Formats: sequence, C-alpha cells, structure tokens
Amino acid sequence: MAENKTSTLSTDVAKHASGAGRTWQDVAPVDRRSDVPEGLWMRCVNCEAMSYRKQVELNLDVCPECDYHNRIGADQRVSQLVDPDSFEPMWENLAPVDPLGFVDRIPYAQRLEQEQAKTGHRDALLCGKAFIKGRGVVLAVMDNRFMMASMGSVVGEKIARCAELAAETDQPFVMIAASGGARMQESGLSLAQMAKTSAAIGRLDDAGGLFISVLTDPTTGGVTASFAMLGDVIIAEPKALICFAGPRVIANTVREQLPEGFQRAEFLLDKGFIDRVVHRKDLRSEISRVIDYAGK
Amino acid sequence: MSTLNSTYNAALDLDFERPLAALEQQITELETAAPAPGSAPGSEAGLNKQVDLAAEVRKLRQSHTAMLKKIYNNLGAWNTVKVARSARRPQVTDYLRLVVKDFAELHGDRRFGDDKAVMAGFGRIGPHKCLIVGTHKGKDTKERVACNFGMPHPEGYRKALRCMKMAEKFGLPVVTLIDTAGAYPGVGAEQRGQAEAIAVNQLEMSRLKTPIVAVVIGEGGSGGALGLGVADRVAMMQYAWYSVISPEGCAAILWKTANPETNAQAAEALKLTAADNLKAGTIDEVIEEPLGGAHRNPQIAADNLGKYLTKTLRDLKRYKIENLLRNRYDRLRNIGKIKELAD
Ligand SMILES: [Zn+2]
Repeated sequence: MAENKTSTLSTDVAKHASGAGRTWQDVAPVDRRSDVPEGLWMRCVNCEAMSYRKQVELNLDVCPECDYHNRIGADQRVSQLVDPDSFEPMWENLAPVDPLGFVDRIPYAQRLEQEQAKTGHRDALLCGKAFIKGRGVVLAVMDNRFMMASMGSVVGEKIARCAELAAETDQPFVMIAASGGARMQESGLSLAQMAKTSAAIGRLDDAGGLFISVLTDPTTGGVTASFAMLGDVIIAEPKALICFAGPRVIANTVREQLPEGFQRAEFLLDKGFIDRVVHRKDLRSEISRVIDYAGK
Repeated sequence: MSTLNSTYNAALDLDFERPLAALEQQITELETAAPAPGSAPGSEAGLNKQVDLAAEVRKLRQSHTAMLKKIYNNLGAWNTVKVARSARRPQVTDYLRLVVKDFAELHGDRRFGDDKAVMAGFGRIGPHKCLIVGTHKGKDTKERVACNFGMPHPEGYRKALRCMKMAEKFGLPVVTLIDTAGAYPGVGAEQRGQAEAIAVNQLEMSRLKTPIVAVVIGEGGSGGALGLGVADRVAMMQYAWYSVISPEGCAAILWKTANPETNAQAAEALKLTAADNLKAGTIDEVIEEPLGGAHRNPQIAADNLGKYLTKTLRDLKRYKIENLLRNRYDRLRNIGKIKELAD
C-alpha cells in the first residue's frame, strides 16, 4: 500500500514514506505549503488512515493509502473532470416545486429550501456544455449532496434536455450518475422521470449519438433502472455501489448472507453489466478515448 | 365461491369490510330462515311472517348498500392499497378469461428462463388482435409461489420485451395489464440485471412502432410496474394504486418506521390512487369499478376494462406510426412539475 502511494510524493518524502517513523509532514503535498492550519486531517472511511486533506484533494478525493474513492459533490466533480474554465452550466433557472404538497417529518418545500441553502444549487443535477481533453461534450453530473441526488421533475427534465441537446449538436452526452433513486416526495411524477429520461436516451440513440454513462458511488433504484444503465458505454468507479434494490432491502427479503462484493462495480463487471471499472485519475483519458472511437 | 356476483360477499382480508360481513350474515340467515313451526305455507300467519321477513331483508339490503357506498366513497389511500392487494381482487388471469378471447400464451425470454410472474401471449380484445402482457400474482399458495407473488425477475421483463418486439414486427398493438408490488429484490434478480432489464424495456417501449396501452389493474409498484408501463395511453382501475414506492417502503425511509399509522400517512402523502394519478397527469384515464370494488363483481370490472381497451385501441390505430411515436414521446416529456425562473 505505502509503495503505491509514493508515486504522488516527492522523492525526499518518498524515502520516509515506507518507514515506520514517518510523520504527517512526510505525506504533505509536494509544495509543502506551511500556511495550512492544523485540523485539516481526514480519516479514510474505508481504511481509517489519517491523511492530509489537501493531499486527498490533490489525489482527486481518492484515499492515498487504499484508493478508496470518496463521494464528491457535483461542483468538485466538474472541476476534476473538465478542461479548466470550459464548463458552461445550462438550465440553472429550473427549480423544483412541491407538486403534491408532500409532508413527511418535514414538508418537502422546507426540505428543498434546506438543501438549496446547503448546496447553493436549486436541485440535484448540474449540467451544461464542457470540454474534456479538448473534446466538446454535453455533461450532466448528479449532486449527491442534494437529497442524495434523488431524481424528481427537475433532474428528469434536465437530463432529457441534455440528451436532446446532444442529439441536436452531434456531441457526446456524458453522464456522471450517483443517486439514491427516484425522489419519493414527487411520487408518480418522479417515477415518470425514469420513462422520460429513458425515452430521451432512446431519441439520442436513434440519432446515432454517443451516451457515456459513468456510475459512481452510490447509483441505485430508479436511476439505475433508467438512463444510468442505458449507456452505449458504461463506466464505473472502483467499488461503487450499483444496484436496483439496496443491499439492506435484499438481505431483509432473502434472509441470507449476500455474496462477497455484491452489487459493487467489480461485481457488475464480472456479471457483464458494465464495460469498464476506471480509476478516477483515468476518467478524463478513458472518456476521451471512447469519444475518439465512438463520437461523431 | 360465487365470483361473478359477490356483492354480498365481503372480502375478509379487508378489515374495513367487517361491518359489511356482519350485515351479510344477517341477510343470509333471514333469507334461509325456515317458516315458523305451525304456520303452514299459504296460511295467513305464514304469509304475514314471510312479508315481515321480506321487509326486514329489504331494510338490511338498503343499509348494506348505504354502508358500502359510505365506505367506498371515503376509502382513503391506505384502504385503497388494501383493496388493490386483496386476495379476492380479480387478477390478470381473470381478465384474460373475461375480456380476452382465444388467448395463446407465449413463454420464455430466450435467454435464461420463463418467469411466471409475467404472462405474455396473443389474444383478441373486441375486434382487435393484440399482444397482451400482464404480471401475475397467482391465486392459491402453489401458484403464488410459482409466480413469485407477481414480482418479476429480469427474465420476465425480457420475455415481455421479446414478445412486444414480435408484436411490432407483425403489426399487433400491445396491451399490458399491471399488477405487481414491484420488481423482485433478490440476489439472482440483481446479478442478472434487474435495473438493466427495466431500463431497456422503458427505452424500447418508448419507441416501439405499434400502439401500446397500459392499465394498472391492481398494484403499480414503482419501477417494476413502469418496466411494462410505458405506453401511448395509461389507465388505472378505480381502486388500483400506482406510485414511486410502496407505502411501507416510504414509511420505513421517511418516517423511519413502517407501522399501520405511518403506512397510512405515507399512502396519503404519495398520492397513489387512480384519482390522484389522473390529477397529477401521470395517467390518462380511470376505469370505473363496480360499487364496492372489482372483487364484488369481476364481470362488471372486466366489461369496463374491455370497453376502455376496445375504444382506446381503435383510437390509437388511426394514427400514423410517426405521429403516434411523437405523441408518445411528448406525453412522457410533459410529465413533471417544475418552475422556470427568470434568471
Ligand atoms: Zn483509505
């Protein structure tokens, strides 16, 4: 493990890295900025190793110790994925409403306000035009910070518009999926977004357009069971949970031990439902490669 | 069991029908009551007794009807779910018998197996030769187990799609009859691509070059229902439910616990009844059921379903296929509520 990580460190750091007596300063970023205050360490949720937050960020939010791919919000994803300053957001004016007057423990309308304040976005999908290694794409990124990137009317509408734009402009449509599923608070209207987005991907397919679906942790429920599984090429990040029914639901239904690695990206690869598992650091180049083969 | 007219045969799995059951028992007892001893048939005393009895029965029947109306006019979402799930409710096999002529079943997905939770086959509805697909829950324990209680595996969705593609090839319209709690959440289902199967069905149904009509006849459980529910026209039977998640699933997540109280709250919040779906624009029509639900009179329910299908198929067949597909796309495209702000 320690050997793997040294490639990202300068050589003088690297010579300490495998030793037992290494200090946190040893794993600081190469530029060793000393102006970062203390307390900016983070513990990996997978291997529990403490890492310098800045170091993890430079590593695209992947744990330098164990390669665990942390969940990231849509803004961060966009900045990691596209050519600098190339992202041009679209349809930011689309906002959710509370069509059914849904109240659970708190009203949906209130929940929306909270999520909007928290994320600075109106709903759970950031989309627009961008360049990836110089290749023009229509890009959509689901934002797991916003109600676990659940799909309601706004998310469905934006995805349909993206697919239609990609068909009209002969550009590839790249989707970074992550979702808890269809949004319960819009009930039947959310369910219908599955059909709407699938139909829009069908139109793009009819037009000969390329749809690259990238599944990230976690992609579940009605999102998996619609556009996410309809990519011409489907890529997943390592260890991402990808499922229709969640593992807990299944465990409760079948009352048996679930197979090792069940519903993780590598499991789906083995079962034949995705094309590639790609490390986050290789995502830009792998998407570009697919576009060069299959894009217009 | 008289299945064709069971107005006086309350469904015992419906708690709110128990008061009706009590009345029905009284009616039955009075109707079968032997004339009192000593009052020979035809005697004045005997006649009076019979007149009294008849009047009493008439009164009880009136109260029964009044009670039935009262219960079913204020059913509420959670009780609607119970009606939709009742073991007495007509299933796809009943409608195949009562609505469809000459049903010829087709089996298997040509990939993995034959999922008995999904039925498919040729049949005639009125004058229309069709391809019919339906989810099947099963009647007795053996059949229910064989049908996996109406919860399809991926091979069920793939069987349906294979048959629908054949319908497209031979110019037959497609009718789907939906009655499922949802797609089965199991290990095999997941590893054989439940999500992929449902996704592909939606995409392919959205561009299938033949008319499609979908009707939720009982339960319309989420993606598992939608995997057979993309159509030119979507209808629901009056006491069916159709929603993004079951009330229990919703209660467990949003209310943190599923019990009769939170289930009822979730059912109301989800706006899952036929009337609510019509209002939200997720369906196009509600097919009326007899007073007290389809389980009281499956023949009337079937007649109404048959009339709806015959009329709708006739309407859809008039469209040029490119117009039909454009309308189908636009119909889906327009479902949803958002606001477009100025900035
Ligand atoms: Zn780690």
